[in-house]
Amino acid sequence: MLNVEDLPRLTSPQDLEALKSRVLPRIAIRKDPKAPPHNDVTHHVMICCDTGCASSGSKAIVESFHKELTARNMEKTVDVVVIGCHGFCEMGPLLVVYPDDVYYTRLRPDDVAEIVDETIINRRPVPKLLYHDRETLRPIVRYNEIEFYAKQNRILLANCGHINPEDIEEYVAYDGYKALAKALSQKDDPMALLEEVKKSGLRGRGGGGFPTGRKWELCREAPGDEKYIICNADEGDPGAFMDRSLMEGDPHRLLEGMIIGGLVIGAKEGYIYVRAEYPIAVKRLKNAIAQAEALGLLGDNVLGTDFSFKIHLKEGAGAFVCGEETALIHSIEGKRGMPTARPPFPAVSGLWGKPTNNNNVETWANVPGIILRGGDWFASYGTDKSKGTKVFALTGKIRNTGLAEVSMGMTMREIVYDIGGGVQNNKRFKAVQIGGPSGGCLPESMIDRPVDYDSLIEAGAMMGSGGLVVVDEDTCMVALAQFFLSFTRDESCGKCTPCREGTTRMLNILTNITKGKGKAGDIELLEELARNVKLAALCGLGQTSPNPILSTLNYFREEYKAHIYEKRCPAHHCVDLISYWIDPDRCIGCGACRKKCPVQAIDGTSKKPHTIDVAKCIKCGACLGACRKSRAVFKK
Amino acid sequence: MTVIAPSPSHIDLVKLEPIFETYKNVARGSLIPVLQAAQDAYGYLPTLALETIAERMNAPISQIYGVVTFYAQFRLVPRGKHVIRACQGTACHVRNSSTILETLKSTLGVTAGGTTADLQFTLETVACIGACSLAPVMMVDNDAHGRLRPDRVPEILDQYRS
Repeated sequence: MLNVEDLPRLTSPQDLEALKSRVLPRIAIRKDPKAPPHNDVTHHVMICCDTGCASSGSKAIVESFHKELTARNMEKTVDVVVIGCHGFCEMGPLLVVYPDDVYYTRLRPDDVAEIVDETIINRRPVPKLLYHDRETLRPIVRYNEIEFYAKQNRILLANCGHINPEDIEEYVAYDGYKALAKALSQKDDPMALLEEVKKSGLRGRGGGGFPTGRKWELCREAPGDEKYIICNADEGDPGAFMDRSLMEGDPHRLLEGMIIGGLVIGAKEGYIYVRAEYPIAVKRLKNAIAQAEALGLLGDNVLGTDFSFKIHLKEGAGAFVCGEETALIHSIEGKRGMPTARPPFPAVSGLWGKPTNNNNVETWANVPGIILRGGDWFASYGTDKSKGTKVFALTGKIRNTGLAEVSMGMTMREIVYDIGGGVQNNKRFKAVQIGGPSGGCLPESMIDRPVDYDSLIEAGAMMGSGGLVVVDEDTCMVALAQFFLSFTRDESCGKCTPCREGTTRMLNILTNITKGKGKAGDIELLEELARNVKLAALCGLGQTSPNPILSTLNYFREEYKAHIYEKRCPAHHCVDLISYWIDPDRCIGCGACRKKCPVQAIDGTSKKPHTIDVAKCIKCGACLGACRKSRAVFKK
Repeated sequence: MTVIAPSPSHIDLVKLEPIFETYKNVARGSLIPVLQAAQDAYGYLPTLALETIAERMNAPISQIYGVVTFYAQFRLVPRGKHVIRACQGTACHVRNSSTILETLKSTLGVTAGGTTADLQFTLETVACIGACSLAPVMMVDNDAHGRLRPDRVPEILDQYRS
């Protein structure tokens, strides 16, 4: 682990270049398989230990490597590097072995000895541990040949999974902080830098899609010497984790973007407001800030210039509404995180009443690339009005769960089928929900449209932060809308009546419908309430809260009608409208279901048909999964 | 409605001193970090600690109480030895997290937010822990358990019983 005290203070762009030249030989084998070993290190084993892979057991893989390497006296020649997210979380734990660039997935600790013996000592891949192509079943050695990655354009996530996120030197070796050096060389002409950001066409990645350059300009032009910038890392959308992965996998890119932003806007302090539920991200950011300060890239006299900039880390305390910028500002100030009416906009009067610019993690992290390679380069990706790339979190009933970065304008079909591998378990695709609790869904008929800010709005959804939840024939759309409303109802801060009461009323109606207590007129009442809440709520949380209802009503009105008029849930999801039943003609009395039932609701003797006590049954479906031999358990 | 628990008399207020020391030079905005640190020290926020924080930070107790009850992270009552957080995020929802929560409730005999009588487990829900690839997920203390099925829940809990 890098020791902060050992880091030299850099006082000029030349110092930064010199550091890069010093570090490059250390990581050369990752870029060039023929590169000579550095300090006798012949191999790098890069193991993802992000939240996803860590939950699948990657820590045990790391320990197993240390053990096996020590046993073979190889711990000095093989570096085990903990990295951030590769994006293919479905296949975790995963790792890459350099210099041969071999990608292994779904590992268990007892696979490690074979990797050491075969791949590191004999330099041969272990075919059974490689990823296998879904169609051809052929093993694939290099990860960029896997269909999940082939259609992606990883310009923002370029470093994620390739560098050690706890080592600033590796970031520098991959041209890190070079954009900052370039920006500092033009610091007397910040308008030129602003122009570059405007030219890039970058729009806010947190959901709104407001042009970033224009936002910066408003804050820059606001009167006052004391200004602040904020990074909204309160990624509260359930089903979105791209910001977490960026912070965990490449934290310096975010810091560099913020420092450049501070320079352009004229702020000397920035705040990162990060969810406390992301402990690894918090740890990596703290570490990154300390290292950047030690190198003189953050703090007083950045890179030897008269520009100084400080970054503070604030841990959120769990309130979704704090994603709304005025609420977030109050939370940083130590108050209840409740939104206030705009104007005044934060650009004029924000944190501590001073001009404040707030962008989300992905937006800030796009800035270094734009400054280093130019606005035109960034604008060469994407569509006419939505430039660049967007990171999507693919989740739900999709085969390849994970993070995918694609050019704006790719169709939803390509994202879901070509990258995501289509729907799990050969079920039928029903819809993709995008934009979280503020967003909407796109049914089969809409997924050939390009994915960009404007076309999603037209379709009644929104980009949001980019969480894509695929749902199949087993998902009830009324229950999905109810799920989102129960979320927004819980998270409504209660300040304004339309949101506080509106979400409660809408949720009550939806809950009644899913319980089979819906009545004629409910749909019309929902629509009326939805319109009013949209118009009258104080902040974005309330204004967008009816979107999941409106969009499911728009595309799946028949499902609502089936619940209300026929007391039937077409997806067999709503527990009050279904029951489990064992077909006595099929049941062979094997007892598998009886053993799996967590509430002892199944009765029966061996080799005789079993029965379910509906009074005890909690409808968990465990029996359905357990009944494999005779397939006698049904939902009805 | 949240009710402030009666404060046991053995709350050791000395634990707050290092926290005040850390934040004494932070001019503004330090209330939430102080409360977070205090909760780390006690496991929850005892009334006596809140009163001390109010006094030392020169803020009315009503303001502190307002902040504490606004954020999901803060707790006014002690929790069980192990905290279970059942994820209720979208990805988990569409992969049937509700059945996991139901199984947890029936196995433990508590509702969400409740603590078992033997003080072994507290059951909470969480909006999303960002491990959507493993849905449905629950956290027990700091361990994430993914790809859950209702029938696996009791055996996972058994690992934590002592």
